[in-house]
Amino acid sequence: MSAHLELFNLTKVYPSKKGPQTIVRDFNLQIPKGEFVSIIGHSGCGKSTVLMMVAGLTTVTSGGIILAGRELSGPGPDRGIVFQSPSLLPWMTARENVMLGINQVFFTATEQERAQIAEYYLSVVGLADFMDKRPAELSQGMRQRVGIARAFALKPKMLLLDEPFGMLDSLTRYELQQVLIDLWRRNQITTVMVTHDVDEALYLSDRVVCMTDGPEAGIGEILNVPLPRPRDRKAILELPEYHRLRATLIEFLEVRAHHRPNSSNSPSGAATPPASVPVSA
Amino acid sequence: MKTPWNRFDFLLLPLLGGAFILLLWHLSSHSWSGDLPDPAKTWHESKPYVLEPWAKRGELDQGILRFTFLSLILVAKGYAIALILGTPIGFFLGLSPTFNKAFDPIIQILRPVSPLAWLPLGMVLFAKIKGINVTEVAALFTIALCSMWPTVLNTAVGVRAIPTDYLNVARVLKLSRWKTLTKVMIPATLPYMFTGFRLSLGIAWLVIVAAEMLTGRPGVGGFLWQQYNALVYEQIILCILTIGGVGFILDRLMSVIERRFKTI
Ligand SMILES: Nc1ncnc2c1ncn2[C@@H]1O[C@H](COP(=O)(O)OP(=O)(O)OP(=O)(O)O)[C@@H](O)[C@H]1O
Ligand SMILES: [Mg+2]
Repeated sequence: MSAHLELFNLTKVYPSKKGPQTIVRDFNLQIPKGEFVSIIGHSGCGKSTVLMMVAGLTTVTSGGIILAGRELSGPGPDRGIVFQSPSLLPWMTARENVMLGINQVFFTATEQERAQIAEYYLSVVGLADFMDKRPAELSQGMRQRVGIARAFALKPKMLLLDEPFGMLDSLTRYELQQVLIDLWRRNQITTVMVTHDVDEALYLSDRVVCMTDGPEAGIGEILNVPLPRPRDRKAILELPEYHRLRATLIEFLEVRAHHRPNSSNSPSGAATPPASVPVSA
Repeated sequence: MKTPWNRFDFLLLPLLGGAFILLLWHLSSHSWSGDLPDPAKTWHESKPYVLEPWAKRGELDQGILRFTFLSLILVAKGYAIALILGTPIGFFLGLSPTFNKAFDPIIQILRPVSPLAWLPLGMVLFAKIKGINVTEVAALFTIALCSMWPTVLNTAVGVRAIPTDYLNVARVLKLSRWKTLTKVMIPATLPYMFTGFRLSLGIAWLVIVAAEMLTGRPGVGGFLWQQYNALVYEQIILCILTIGGVGFILDRLMSVIERRFKTI
């Protein structure tokens, strides 16, 4: 298998007052190296749960996760993580927040080399003049930039983003999408992003994974986004393909997300996905 | 709305309040409380202690600042012990539910015990140890034991309140236990710890009087008790005012420090 990240039969059961409840069931996905995949679905369906399992921050009830040929257990700096709130340590400056991880991962590098890595990534995300500010002195968008710099600076094997731009106003969101996609192109880094925003998913992704509603949420369908890169936000609006994809996604969310996923459980995501995955209906 | 009145009321009103209390004091001493020296007499008899605050005429006859200094030294030692013991205990309580279950009930029982009860125990506890000043050690024991609890409990609350986000950062980066403690947990708990430290200092200062009274050590509290026993009542009020003033200043100082750590 040439998949860089492989999720097989990923299942999560949470205990609840009414007994154990299966939140996510048999989530199967294969992602080749360097691909950008978005996960979209209704609130509470289990998107974050899937991401947290891959991050190793919550336990996997059954199934498994293989990253670069090795089965994952527990969290680690090989997966860069950016969540909705940037979870920076407020007593550290932007630079120190980034350095904390760098010191941990590149412990063989010299002090100077490590400092350079931090400065490089902070400059790339546009914070050259704000490196020594604490999170409280930065705007929401700037904090998220620090979070992105911190994730990329560790040269992770993959990136996990959970609604990274969800708390930002739309102008800042556009700016940060640009920062993210530029870094992604430059680093060829496999990325899984959870989002609620159909346009964001189409603008950034190679594929969009549509999740059905929970409980027992799974993959409803996977949409290929064959728009040429680099994409121009305005230019893609002119493409009929874009509108067709957008209509499919919205239709999925409005109608088909509420149906049970196809019980035959065919491998939903092939390593080299077909041009368009047929709708199960 | 800045009338001249508004501009000075922060000064005028407290002065008025003080004047009212002085009047009450004066009237009391001339009516139902015959033994109470009136304000003028109190001031007259206290003058040597206030105007020569650093004088040392005898073990229990020293200037008021000198007494305060002696008391502060004792409090500082006891308080230091309280912090050194209380902070780690608070951390353990916050980190380990087992530890918490085992010790929380006993802490809740020990916490309200008065210093007057601890001091005799301290005297008994350390009586047979050679080469120490038993009264001093017993006083320190009492101060530390009474003032430790706010630090213990606030630290524990702070540790439990560390946001999962911060702990996840440590987990994802695979920080060592030591680094997780020093880079994440302690900084995240600091604001709570300092609230505990401030409350602890207040109690430590409160306990000093009791400790000095019972042990007869020189200091503001010991002086107060000695003058009372010698039927010299003029300096009792001087001591009370000194204790109150010092307590107030200590609390202000700690608030300033606390606020600095709140901003993180
Ligand atoms: N720690 C937990 N214990 C019990 N149930 C949980 C826990 N975490 C999440 N759940 C449940 O799992 C389900 C999926 O939650 P999750 O956060 O993954 O949804 P989501 O798709 O990310 O939603 P949103 O789009 O609102 O972020 C929810 O019904 C939630 O109540
Ligand atoms: Mg979520």
